[in-house]
Amino acid sequence: MSTPIISVRDVHKSYGRGQNRFDALRGVSFDISEGESIAIVGKSGSGKSTLMHILALLDVPGSGTVALEGNDTAQLRGSRLNRTRNKTFGFVFQQFFLTGSNTVLENVVLPMKIAGIGGAERRRRGMAALEQLELADKAKNKAANLSGGQKQRTVIARALVNNPRIIFADEPTGNLDTATGAVVEDILFGLNREHGITLIVVTHDEDLAARCDRRILIRDGRIVEDSRAEVAA
Amino acid sequence: MRTTALIGSAVSNTFRSKTRTILTILAIFVGAFTLTLTSGLGTGINAYLADTVSGVGASDAMTVTKPSEDAATLPGAGSDEPAEYDANAVDTGIPGQSVTAMTSDDIDTVEGVDGVLRVDAQRTITPDYVQFDDGTPYTATVGSLVPGQTTVLAAGAEPDADASELQVAIPVAYVEPLGFSSDDDAVGQTVTLAITDAERTQHTVEATVVGVTEEALASPTGQSILTNEALGDALFDLQSTGLTAEQADRYTSATVWFDPAATDDEIQVLKDNLADEGFTGTTIADQLGIVTTVIDGIVLVLNAFAIIALLAASFGIVNTLYMSVQERTREIGLMKAMGMGSGRVFTLFSLEAAFLGLLGSAIGVGIAMVAGSGISAAAADTLLADLPGLTLIAFDPVSVAAIILLVTGIAFLAGTFPAVRAARADPVESLRYE
Repeated sequence: MSTPIISVRDVHKSYGRGQNRFDALRGVSFDISEGESIAIVGKSGSGKSTLMHILALLDVPGSGTVALEGNDTAQLRGSRLNRTRNKTFGFVFQQFFLTGSNTVLENVVLPMKIAGIGGAERRRRGMAALEQLELADKAKNKAANLSGGQKQRTVIARALVNNPRIIFADEPTGNLDTATGAVVEDILFGLNREHGITLIVVTHDEDLAARCDRRILIRDGRIVEDSRAEVAA
Repeated sequence: MRTTALIGSAVSNTFRSKTRTILTILAIFVGAFTLTLTSGLGTGINAYLADTVSGVGASDAMTVTKPSEDAATLPGAGSDEPAEYDANAVDTGIPGQSVTAMTSDDIDTVEGVDGVLRVDAQRTITPDYVQFDDGTPYTATVGSLVPGQTTVLAAGAEPDADASELQVAIPVAYVEPLGFSSDDDAVGQTVTLAITDAERTQHTVEATVVGVTEEALASPTGQSILTNEALGDALFDLQSTGLTAEQADRYTSATVWFDPAATDDEIQVLKDNLADEGFTGTTIADQLGIVTTVIDGIVLVLNAFAIIALLAASFGIVNTLYMSVQERTREIGLMKAMGMGSGRVFTLFSLEAAFLGLLGSAIGVGIAMVAGSGISAAAADTLLADLPGLTLIAFDPVSVAAIILLVTGIAFLAGTFPAVRAARADPVESLRYE
């Protein structure tokens, strides 16, 4: 079996100290293979967001290790850590996090701008990503003037533009109506199937979780259930 | 993130909140505007003084006089007793102040003093009047330029010291009374100078007008007619008619030349040497030094006010950027999540501050230069009409560039506080921020 793209071993994370100490994660271990789609499910306060932040290297575990392709991420520091995040991950958020006063294209090319890619190349790849999400005609519109579905597609274009290997989606359909949400889900799973991008979805929407290959249920900082789709069905 | 992309982002971010940006720029504008005007004032006045200095005399020359025995007694103060008559006393033109006339022997003594390169005795020539073409005669005093001295001309040229022709330059104030239609019209015409000798006989001399002089602030010749060497000699000879050689050779002062490379200490030694012989030496720097010091002092105080205005503006920048950081918390978090380093985030916000400073100072300096030129032009025609040649507010490129750099630097420093806050933002916290 090939090396898992992400390997989590006995990760603990706690906030505060003494009386106020709150254990968000209490010993979490699992592997994620390249090309998988995984739903991390749990109630709010269960620790699923903390887990996502640790997987995305935005936060460091209190103890335990997170390995990216077999390499311990605790070794990554400063600019190497930044470069890894920039090249490996794409982010899709429930609240979109678009800069409303900038154009759709400017929002989409932001990760490439951070990566230091030249203007012409940024434009070309930005337009290609928008094309892929059928938003090319909106490239020059201000992001604030888009509908919810268009905003989320813009966010997906932004997540895609650097050809990431993993896309983190935090409640990607949380702010969308059912029909638009379904379209966004189709796009995400399409990317997973056709481009082999590993998809990690954090959600409490059971229908969305059911569409993933694998479902990890978190409760009180522990994994209480890790089921494959065929087993769950 | 590339530096060019970073600068581009900083510039476009600046215009995201237009009202706030404009208000901040206005605050910087006021400081830069004031600073430009005050330093322009200093530049203008000091440039005028520098021009005047060369009008007063060469920098390697000093005026030597022989003080009266009772020179220590200030006019109007001290002794109630009447001063004893001194046959050699010469009126300096300032009431109550007189110096003892210098004789040829004195000139020789001065010439022998260590450090003196050359001595030029100043004769007193007192013509009766100057007249053009049988028109109204006007009284006049006569001065001459010593080598190294220049004057501000309205038309024509300075009298040629080496020419054998009798040449004269008249002050601009004499042009119309004498009957010339314009400054240029006067040049090339012939005027008549009259002078009375010791035997009360009046003589006249014809001289060609070669130039018209502007009235300068500190010119020793003032409203005098400038003569060249040949005309000066001619007038002096006529004036001395009937006097013995010993009586004729009376000088009010002498101009002494020293090494142009002399240091202040060497000049002081020369002055001390002259003092030992009973003479007083005064350089141009002595005469003008106090004026420049006063003007520099005033400009310094005005600049201090401008700097205070700039400091107030810099707090505006801090405030603007803090608000901006607050508003853009999630954007900063997102950029950091996408792999933008803290250093780059810091640079981005610092650049925004520096850009605000650059905009504010460029606009402030630009408008100050337009306003300054307008004020100078208006003042030259009204308030300062008596000081021709004075540009009240002048700008030199170096100080203008220095002001822009200074203001941009202050803005950059002010921006570092909010920029540090932005750089320290934790992406997880920032993204949670609602």
